[in-house]
Amino acid sequence: MSEGLSVVSYLGATILFILCLGGLSNQETARRGNVYGIAGMTIAVLATVFGQRVGSAGLPWIIAAMVVGAVIGLYAARKVQMTQMPELVALMHSLVGLAACLIGFASYVDTSIVFTGAEKTIHEVEIYVGILIGAVTFSGSVIAFGKLSGKIGGKPVLLPGRHFINLACLLIVVWFGYGFLHSEAISDGMTPLIVMTIVSLAFGVHMVMAIGGADMPVVISMLNSYSGWAAAATGFMLSNDLLIVTGALVGSSGAILSYIMCNAMNRNFISVIAGGFGSDGGAPKKKPAGAAAEPVGEVAPIDPAETAELLKEAKSVIIVPGYGMAVAQAQHAVYQITTLLREKGVNVRFGIHPVAGRMPGHMNVLLAEAKVPYDIVFEMDELNDDFPDTDVAMVIGANDTVNPAAAEDPTSPIAGMPVLEVWKAKTSIVMKRSMASGYAGVDNPLFYKENNRMLFGDAKKMLEEVRTALTASA
Amino acid sequence: MSLSIGVPREVFPGEKRVATVPEVAAKLIKLGFRVLVESGAGEAANFSDDAYREAGAEIAENAAALWASADIVLKVRGPNAGEVGLMREGGTLISFIWPAQNPELMRQMAARKATVLAIDCLPRQLSRAQKMDALTSTAGISGYRAVIEAANAFGRFFNGKITAAGKVPPARVFIAGAGVAGLEAIGTAANMGAVVRANDTRAEVADQVKSLGGEFVKVDYEEEGSGGGGYAKVMSEGFQQAQREMYAKEAREADIIVTTALIPGKPAPKLITAEMVRSMKPGSVIVDMAGEQGGNCELTEPGQAVVEHGVTIIGYTDLPSRLARQSSMLYANNLLRLAEELCKTKDGQIDVNMEDDAIRGLTVIKDGEITWPAPPLKLPAPPPKPVAAAVPAARKSGHGHGKGEPMSPRAMTLVFSLGVALFWLIGAFAPTAFLGHLTVFVLGCFVGYMVVWNVTPSLHTPLMSVTNAVSSIIAIGALVQIAPPLTEGVSRPDGVIRLLAVVAIALATINMFGGFAVTRRMLEMFRK
Repeated sequence: MSEGLSVVSYLGATILFILCLGGLSNQETARRGNVYGIAGMTIAVLATVFGQRVGSAGLPWIIAAMVVGAVIGLYAARKVQMTQMPELVALMHSLVGLAACLIGFASYVDTSIVFTGAEKTIHEVEIYVGILIGAVTFSGSVIAFGKLSGKIGGKPVLLPGRHFINLACLLIVVWFGYGFLHSEAISDGMTPLIVMTIVSLAFGVHMVMAIGGADMPVVISMLNSYSGWAAAATGFMLSNDLLIVTGALVGSSGAILSYIMCNAMNRNFISVIAGGFGSDGGAPKKKPAGAAAEPVGEVAPIDPAETAELLKEAKSVIIVPGYGMAVAQAQHAVYQITTLLREKGVNVRFGIHPVAGRMPGHMNVLLAEAKVPYDIVFEMDELNDDFPDTDVAMVIGANDTVNPAAAEDPTSPIAGMPVLEVWKAKTSIVMKRSMASGYAGVDNPLFYKENNRMLFGDAKKMLEEVRTALTASA
Repeated sequence: MSLSIGVPREVFPGEKRVATVPEVAAKLIKLGFRVLVESGAGEAANFSDDAYREAGAEIAENAAALWASADIVLKVRGPNAGEVGLMREGGTLISFIWPAQNPELMRQMAARKATVLAIDCLPRQLSRAQKMDALTSTAGISGYRAVIEAANAFGRFFNGKITAAGKVPPARVFIAGAGVAGLEAIGTAANMGAVVRANDTRAEVADQVKSLGGEFVKVDYEEEGSGGGGYAKVMSEGFQQAQREMYAKEAREADIIVTTALIPGKPAPKLITAEMVRSMKPGSVIVDMAGEQGGNCELTEPGQAVVEHGVTIIGYTDLPSRLARQSSMLYANNLLRLAEELCKTKDGQIDVNMEDDAIRGLTVIKDGEITWPAPPLKLPAPPPKPVAAAVPAARKSGHGHGKGEPMSPRAMTLVFSLGVALFWLIGAFAPTAFLGHLTVFVLGCFVGYMVVWNVTPSLHTPLMSVTNAVSSIIAIGALVQIAPPLTEGVSRPDGVIRLLAVVAIALATINMFGGFAVTRRMLEMFRK
């Protein structure tokens, strides 16, 4: 394949990638978008493999590595449960990060690439930065994976003086970077490089450890962004425009997602990344005495039969799912109830909070898996005004995203976060295992509202009982 | 030995309600109590003795037998002199008492060494007391029935319609006082299709009025009329003048007026004067729900429906009893909740726990000792209002589509000058090859930014998994490294490089295939 042909292939691949991301903008074109992505990737890989650089000698190695990777990848994609998507995505980000590190090291030890003067410095900075981003992505993603799969506790781990630790990390990285750039031989540069890698790994761990469960969507999209930047950095390192463009596409898309998620929580991106919910100085903010009204009163429980009764008599129902639905794997039971109610002419809709679940769009995927038609699934902004006309709002395993304190109590740590206003419905039913507070650790005054009923128990079991009651009465 | 609960027949003339219904009787038995019902107690509310028997209750022949054997007596209206005579020494009575109005009754009951819980003395501010709040449930029924009575006496449709026989305008209903009864009346009248307007001295109920389909009529005068505990207070003279003018205007226009204005412990305010009644259209109806307290209308005759100046004025004081079955059911449920509070152990024993705020408020006589009035509750201070107003007006998260407000000119200038400086630095020192890459990079960022803004939030997860798959483009980097050295004749650690590259390829390929496959799987599921 000639030089020109491979450049043109890369260009084609780039366009396909852009079309791929653009295709995801709505459901109709999304599948086509994915196909564009696959096509782009195929062209890119083939153009590289059969391009001028890679000779036939490397071919067996490449094929072997790719077959192994493909088998693992396809197996994982087939096996993964939709509720485990966040974990899988986190794990995959870590692979990109690790790959970026390895490529960085390989590039550094490759003596056949000779630069001089400014070019040499820039090249070395590229390697250094590439490995740095790769390492942070890798360790951060591994921790995120651990948190999401429950292998590590979900609560933020806040080390004392963690901002200073971060600062110290940065200084060490800069200091060794200086040493690295001034090293004459490769063996001299190896020490700073390895130290930096370890520091970056530690930094990635520390950063994600300090972020709590409800902020996970931000972390996931941020790591997504990092994996893109890692690819872009590798592109600079290897002077490969395709890598740069694609990395930039992924990087900016992840950054935008993070921004959207932060907006949805009315939080500052920096404060999410710096870790800890509503904590400016380290320790969780103390409640100003007497100002933050502790919710008073008691909760009114309800049983599945009564829930079924309420649902059956309602004209319009809004279901608000949260992470609890994912944990209980209750999406199929939800769908069956939806179908039963829709047959009876009840207007059933779903209200999704942008940060419901543990990654952006998590709830939509689960509902889609259960075959809930996507035209009855709405975003928060689309139906928040409809709650006063709604007879029953059913909250399944959501807590912070329906907390009236965000709107009503200015001293609450989640004040100002836009929430689904379920309490404005005639009746709200909250399904929950216990009275425990959500990830934000904020008590929820919704439970004590007069028009709220609590349905305690495992969401799946309770919903199945509701369904049985609905079928029985039909 | 579990205690027995007795439910006598109401003796007040015209009272059709009963203090428990068969359904609730069964639940009381579940709490461990025995339930005794006087024969015929539920007759007027359409609950037969047999229905009670089926629920597991025993039937007592007559009132005397019932009062003699019941440990706890549930009633709707307070006992009359005869019933007090039947009360057992040391027994317990739960009913409406109105201790302020009935000092003599209180004294008599105290003399019987009784324990009396007055359901009307419930501290309604306690949110956990709401389930026992019989005043609210009764008021709701009254509000509903008031509108039904009005509709009955009114000679026209409530809803407007255009028929072949001509056009019918909707009835115009004005409701004075938007408490529980007033709100229920607003909702009922609005549901029947009338144009509903309502007024209350407490400005904070305006939203509640609107939510039920009514229009809130403001008095053109600034004063806050909330008197604590959810009740209204007496207003100033200036306010009352403005209020009278408003009422006069509303009366001229309304077809139906429902008045519910009460101030605790005071005679009902006279809102509708004889003059206003005269100004109303013939055939109009006034339902005065404050009849028992003297009425809100000057011409009201408590307990009667009269026609004055062509306007029917209904002053019935037994509205809840006119919906006896419904009232009995709700009242019975209120009492059941109270029984649950008294009998937390579910063993048929009661514990009148004076430490409990709700029960302390309810108990007006404890073992023959008058404990009314209860000390005022120590309620948490309401959150300071001005702060609440300053809740950051939840930055309108346009989440996804478009940014917030534009930057200020100063910030804009700063950003631009920084940008210019940065670009100059790069341009001055960086080699051309790097600049080419940088161009590509920056443009790539912008393209990604533009493209991704349009992604719908429901596709965020597929977007992440596809971008994740796309980021495995990093494999290209590893592929290139497997290539032979660029410059011949230079020794390099081929083995190490190849090993690193192969591992990197494998890792990136997992991502590549896994990412696309899982995205595909997800997108397959998104169906209309």
